[in-house]
Amino acid sequence: MSIFNKHLPAIHVEHHKNTTDSATVKMPVPDKVYLSMVQHIGAPCQPTVAVGDLVKVGQVIGDTDAFVSAPIHSSVSGKVTAIDKSLTMTGIWDTIVTIAADKTQEVAEGIKPPVVEDKASFLKAVRDSGLVGLGGAAFPTHVKFNPKNLEEVDTFIINGAECEPYITADYRTMMEDSELLINGLKNTLKYLGIKRGVIGIESNKAPAIAKLREMVKDDPEIEVLELVPVYPQGAERVLIYEATGRSIPPGKLPADIGVIVSNVSSIVALQTFIETGMPLISKKITVDGNAIRTPKNVEVLIGTPIYKLINFCDGYKRVPKKILMGGPMMGRAIYDDGMAVIKNNNAILAFDEEFATVPKETACINCGRCTKACPMMLMPTLIAKAYECKDLPALEKLHATLCMECGCCTYVCPAKKQLGFINKMAKQFIMEGGKK
Amino acid sequence: MGRYMQGNLVVSPSPHVMDNITTTGIMRDVLIALAPAFVMSGVIFGSRAILLTITCIVSAVVFEWGFRIVTKKEQTIGDLSAAVTGILLGFNLPSTLPYWMAVVGSFVAIVVVKQIFGGIGQNFANPAITARIVLLVSFTTPMTTWSLPNRIIEASDAVTGPTPLGILSMGTDLGSLPSNMDLFLGYVGGSLGETSAIALLIGGIYLILRKVIEPSIPVAFIGTVFVFALLAGQDPFFHIFAGGVMLGAFFMATDYSTSPLTTPGKIVFGIGCGVLTMVIRLFGSYPEGVSYAILLMNILTPHIDNMSRRKIYGGGKK
Repeated sequence: MSIFNKHLPAIHVEHHKNTTDSATVKMPVPDKVYLSMVQHIGAPCQPTVAVGDLVKVGQVIGDTDAFVSAPIHSSVSGKVTAIDKSLTMTGIWDTIVTIAADKTQEVAEGIKPPVVEDKASFLKAVRDSGLVGLGGAAFPTHVKFNPKNLEEVDTFIINGAECEPYITADYRTMMEDSELLINGLKNTLKYLGIKRGVIGIESNKAPAIAKLREMVKDDPEIEVLELVPVYPQGAERVLIYEATGRSIPPGKLPADIGVIVSNVSSIVALQTFIETGMPLISKKITVDGNAIRTPKNVEVLIGTPIYKLINFCDGYKRVPKKILMGGPMMGRAIYDDGMAVIKNNNAILAFDEEFATVPKETACINCGRCTKACPMMLMPTLIAKAYECKDLPALEKLHATLCMECGCCTYVCPAKKQLGFINKMAKQFIMEGGKK
Repeated sequence: MGRYMQGNLVVSPSPHVMDNITTTGIMRDVLIALAPAFVMSGVIFGSRAILLTITCIVSAVVFEWGFRIVTKKEQTIGDLSAAVTGILLGFNLPSTLPYWMAVVGSFVAIVVVKQIFGGIGQNFANPAITARIVLLVSFTTPMTTWSLPNRIIEASDAVTGPTPLGILSMGTDLGSLPSNMDLFLGYVGGSLGETSAIALLIGGIYLILRKVIEPSIPVAFIGTVFVFALLAGQDPFFHIFAGGVMLGAFFMATDYSTSPLTTPGKIVFGIGCGVLTMVIRLFGSYPEGVSYAILLMNILTPHIDNMSRRKIYGGGKK
């Protein structure tokens, strides 16, 4: 990074923020919810209920003793009708707890605001809330909030960039739950002992910037930072660089350079728990895409099947050919709309055949566009060539593991090569120690 | 509404949206950028210049098409890169060259330099430049018999004559050097597409505006020639407008597969091209050195790429 580069490389992707002005609507309780035991990075939870048990809203139904994990709560009141193995969208077998809702939404006993008075009780509250990184990675929040060098952390960044096209759920959260957001941030700063709070928002969300700035005008420790509306501003490493000018050395974590980053929705969910004791059981989700009849922002219970959510948006307008969990840049294409909403979902997008057609790949012409686009300043085309030769030393020299899979390289490639995907495989190859 | 599941839905890796840029689109832009110089070649050297360039384009496309068929590979003429190579080769020939020699040039460019090494993106040297050099050493006399622009022919009755760089190289008749304005417009002897600096400049600026090329290589190349000429006590404007500098800097040295990936690498590459061009012009036995300079730098490209790896985010060691 030379002095000429104030910003990291980035790309311009059409925003398609169609649902910006759609205030969040609450979806009614579905007949059944399907709760996955793997909704976070780390150890899977074990069901703590059995078939036939009656459960209430907010009751823990899955937990584990492992440190890197987060408990799973029932989003409905009703009866556990099945606990079985099922294939998740990531292709792993996972335990799914099915609960038939009785639609009374009776709240579990013991749901009351937790006592939070110091760091330890705050962190306990974070874990009890079942919170994971809602921006996408689903890393258990209580682990992230408790790094070894917490006293060295001087900046807490809230990610409100929302750089993925289509998605407006975080924007709606900032507009609708701004009190919770600011109070959540203040609590986090207070109990973790962090001096500075930054809320990073892309300039295409001007009303949110104005509203939050007005709210924190008497709080000098909190800054609302306007970001350039380019992709991937919301990537953790990019956001940290924009907010602090620091970059994370390879293999290190944000806390190592004195920063913790959390998503807007995560902080709102945390503050909701602190104020009411209700853990993470619902999520604001943007439902959009050219196959959806009425795109909108929906507050939906975790575990709701995706087709029910889409029916709530008046169903499909065209035959869907590709359904995404998440945005078009980093979201995952799912193969069954019967899958259920999980904690870190922020969008369900459905598209028609034309959108789903994957362009034909041609030969690399060495144009260097991928190299110029990479926010991590890697050389994707060279990584792809090294991976084709299964050349482990070359891949390590090219720092393939630094790739955050943002997809900029694939986006700009005139040869339509799946560079991001190749890089992902290269990372796997390096992790496995280069076994052919 | 019905459910949609496995078999009905496309599952593919992210990202699920892509820019609408394609290889064909890039090549189309290069063809558009070459159009002004193509028109000027007809204005300056007459219809034979146009026919010779068309011969190169057609034969280049036919050779590529035939090679892909013979080797049972997917057809690639649709990406227009063969047409670009053809037009660039044509631009590097004197307008009087026999047509069959131009066809030989296309064969060298497309079959020997490009396809045998694996096709688009795989060649280590610029096909058009290599073909020009092969023709130059094979058919030296026809390749160095420069027809003069129509305007000069009317004035002097001569049909052929030396290029401005040729005059400079011989050093005997410096008074007959054309004005810088004639050089800039292209009314001088030379390869049919290289003489009109203004037409090439317009095309080059179009490519930069369309973000097909970065300005780094042309600026470094032309800038180096300018400074070198200045230091050598010669007219720097003469050196940047004469010969193949404009054509080479904007259209040949910027060839993606044979130039470095990173901006610092491109600058080193451009400076190298400029220095070699001027060394050949001032101290070599050839009057012009652009094609040799670019070819030599093409060969150095992998090494420049190795030495100009970017500093990654977080400043990891290489």
